[in-house]
Amino acid sequence: MKARFFELFELADAARQGKEILLANYTGEDSEFVRFNHGKVRQPGSVAQHALSLELIDGQRHASVDLSVSEHPEQGAELRAAVQSLREVLAFLPEDPHLLYSEEPCSSSVEAARAFPAGDELMLHIVRAATGLDLVGLLAAGEVSRGFANSLGQRNWFSRHTFNFDFSVYARGDRAVKSGYAGQRWDASVFEGIVQAARRDLILLEQPAKTIAPGDYDVYLAPPALQEIVDLLGWGGFSLKSHQTRQTPFLRMLTEGARLSSKLTLVEDTANGAGPGFQASGFIKPEQVTLIEAGELKGALASPRSAKEYGVVPNGASDQEIPAALHVHPGSLAVADVMQRLDRGLFINNLHYLNYSDRPSGRITGMTRFATLWVEGGRATSAVNVMRFDESLFRVLGENLVDLTREQAFRLASDTYGGRSTASVRLPGALIRGFRLTL
Amino acid sequence: MWPSIERAFREALPADTELAFCSLRVVESERDSVQIRQGVLEPMNRGVDRGGMVTVRHQGGYGYAATSELSLSGLRSAIRSASRWAQQTRATSVFDWNSFKQEAVRASYQSVVGQPWLGTSLQDRISLVQRAHAELVGASEIVDSRAGVSWQRDKMLQLSHDGGRIEQEFEFIAPDLSVVAHANGVTQTRSLGMVDRMRQGGLELLEDVRFWERAATLKQEVLELLKAPNCPSEAMDVVLMPDQMILQIHESIGHPLELDRILGDERNYAGTSFVTQEMFGSYQYGSPLLNVTFDPTVATEVASYATDDDGTLAQKEYVIQKGILQRPLGGAISQARAGMLGTANARASSWNRPPIDRMANLNLEVGDQSLSQLISAVERGILLKANCSWSIDDSRNKFQFGCEWGQLIENGKLRQVVRNPNYRGISATFWRNLTGVGDASTREVLGTPFCGKGEPNQAIRVGHASPACRFRGVDVFGGDA
Repeated sequence: MKARFFELFELADAARQGKEILLANYTGEDSEFVRFNHGKVRQPGSVAQHALSLELIDGQRHASVDLSVSEHPEQGAELRAAVQSLREVLAFLPEDPHLLYSEEPCSSSVEAARAFPAGDELMLHIVRAATGLDLVGLLAAGEVSRGFANSLGQRNWFSRHTFNFDFSVYARGDRAVKSGYAGQRWDASVFEGIVQAARRDLILLEQPAKTIAPGDYDVYLAPPALQEIVDLLGWGGFSLKSHQTRQTPFLRMLTEGARLSSKLTLVEDTANGAGPGFQASGFIKPEQVTLIEAGELKGALASPRSAKEYGVVPNGASDQEIPAALHVHPGSLAVADVMQRLDRGLFINNLHYLNYSDRPSGRITGMTRFATLWVEGGRATSAVNVMRFDESLFRVLGENLVDLTREQAFRLASDTYGGRSTASVRLPGALIRGFRLTL
Repeated sequence: MWPSIERAFREALPADTELAFCSLRVVESERDSVQIRQGVLEPMNRGVDRGGMVTVRHQGGYGYAATSELSLSGLRSAIRSASRWAQQTRATSVFDWNSFKQEAVRASYQSVVGQPWLGTSLQDRISLVQRAHAELVGASEIVDSRAGVSWQRDKMLQLSHDGGRIEQEFEFIAPDLSVVAHANGVTQTRSLGMVDRMRQGGLELLEDVRFWERAATLKQEVLELLKAPNCPSEAMDVVLMPDQMILQIHESIGHPLELDRILGDERNYAGTSFVTQEMFGSYQYGSPLLNVTFDPTVATEVASYATDDDGTLAQKEYVIQKGILQRPLGGAISQARAGMLGTANARASSWNRPPIDRMANLNLEVGDQSLSQLISAVERGILLKANCSWSIDDSRNKFQFGCEWGQLIENGKLRQVVRNPNYRGISATFWRNLTGVGDASTREVLGTPFCGKGEPNQAIRVGHASPACRFRGVDVFGGDA
């Protein structure tokens, strides 16, 4: 698709006039999706989707149009007509004081070939491995591509073949082992090991679960559970616009000098992420952007538009100013010591459906899900029925954060809204005292 | 466009009709919007997205293939791909597709549009939004303001190998308003929620939802909230206005009644349900005042249609009547899997996703109380409006919701405005404490484009029409850390 995208861009660019600038973004994928339920196949299929966005700029006026890409012989004419149509729209628009795009061409190309079997082969492998298990989930596999081109000569391409089998194995009721296998190279023995581990972990979940009363509990949040919290914080937490408009959950850090735990460092780590190194206005993402360092708010994700509005330098963020490769630095707690250090409390594997109960105050709520275990004397003794928490960030990631684990998990996003995500997160687990459960 | 695609599909079908079932669902989706933030026109972006999904069922297997190549060769390739999936799943499907039969349907639908978006000039569209934005600003405490109107037109064609043909055209308008104020360390927001005034129709809907008048009210209210005390924490009666009822219905009635959740499909992502198949027909979901319908016939509601995306003719059905659970929200395939009746709600977010059970329009039917009657019966309580926070467990039972606006009720009268009101409860018992249902004067037809579910994920439009409602003894509390 790379050659096709750049060819289409040239066709559109030929319709440019005078001092106009044209930017183009390409988003595409050739995916295989197999949905499972009860260890069998619920919905299998393929999706080929390729979209092109053209933005015409004339001085400080600009407008854009998104189109589906196909092999249709009239696509070139369609693109030329789109550019003309954008030109007609520009005539009615005022100058945009917040327009900012990269004017220093910097081209790049990242491509990787497919190193795993066809989707239907993986599907049959999964069905065999799931024999006797109540397995439910989604296999998403195939190529994901992003491209950028502008009339200043910049060309960027990113293409990667990945698979992401996100699944859970149910014991009884709402209790399950949540697991997954994602990457670029499918290793059958690794996958079977993951399924075997799930079979082992089911044993405790099959026993009757304990119901606990609301109150404060010492907890260990495994990396997937901590990820739910940092994902929520990514929703308006690190955005420059949310900082400037006083909507960020870190408002107290901005205005009152509040701090989180000195053990906490968060970095947008594009260099070690799984997505493209460029963004839609052509800016190259810095390798790292420090957001929180040793508990102190250090930076924000600044899109070109916000950067222009608030007079700062953009740092490669998307328009949404959401992290795409967040790295939560590790702590000093060995995973092997977690149960002993927790001693008595809850081992929380997963959280669910988080939201802000008071965003500017940094108060969040959410549920436990899949597998939460009661730990007594440093040993998991039973599953625990789902509980709601309602907590302050400044307690959970501040005064009550005991330690983070030395070991980290690297997790590829399994989101597929509109298309497959290229985001990732690298993070440890967290030992927290006095975690507030309310319902 | 349709005739050439239709010809290509008929020609691409295997000549000997080797396949038990083959269909094509094409969607062409156009969108446009005008957004103004902080007095500046946001970048103009419009789009056209076009593609089709071929579905094959054969010899007990099933498969789909979605493509934007709608030529003869593109559709042939998609049929081959979907057939291969069907062949590979003959022995591994969770459901024996041989047992599923569906009648070929011929139907059509078109949104009623008074003032078309495309018939209004760009300058006039910008001007409409500028007028609303001007109402939001003008106070030093206001740190962010946004006004906008989005438009979308979806043209859909569904064809089946056995002569089925469904043509539907939907047009949507989604007004959006938001204003944020900050002073003395406090930030407050008033908005139209999660774009929850979306409706089918044209720009005439802006008058209907009082777009400009609401903008002025939102500004006044956000400034009032800045000075308001935090919401107190206590058990009290609550009166929920329609823009909070939309969320309450959605999360604690709609999702738990989706049949695919009950059948376990969503357990890895959106979740399961505390509702089981055995409960239908007898379970007391709410008080006798609770009547909830699946209703695809409300003219301007976002999910009104002739058929769902599996080609089942849609009609109004009670899912809860006089508090008793009647039927789940499950399309034809889920109904066949579960062996029970449902609704025509198998829907896909676009051409690139397969249909699954969705809410469509799920409405709470009106009662007989005016708003003042609902309020006057409350000794100590709170009126809540405009959802801003939502969280519920994966069985759709333990919930916690937050609103932008709260106003205490004492001895039947509205009193002090409070900020950051939240409340929590359990679906299985909450609806049994429904003590009053508003009449038609309190009802609003609302809808949002942001219902997320499914693997692969799908965000889809859902409609909820509801009157104001009163509930007894709810656990209410405020914000702050």
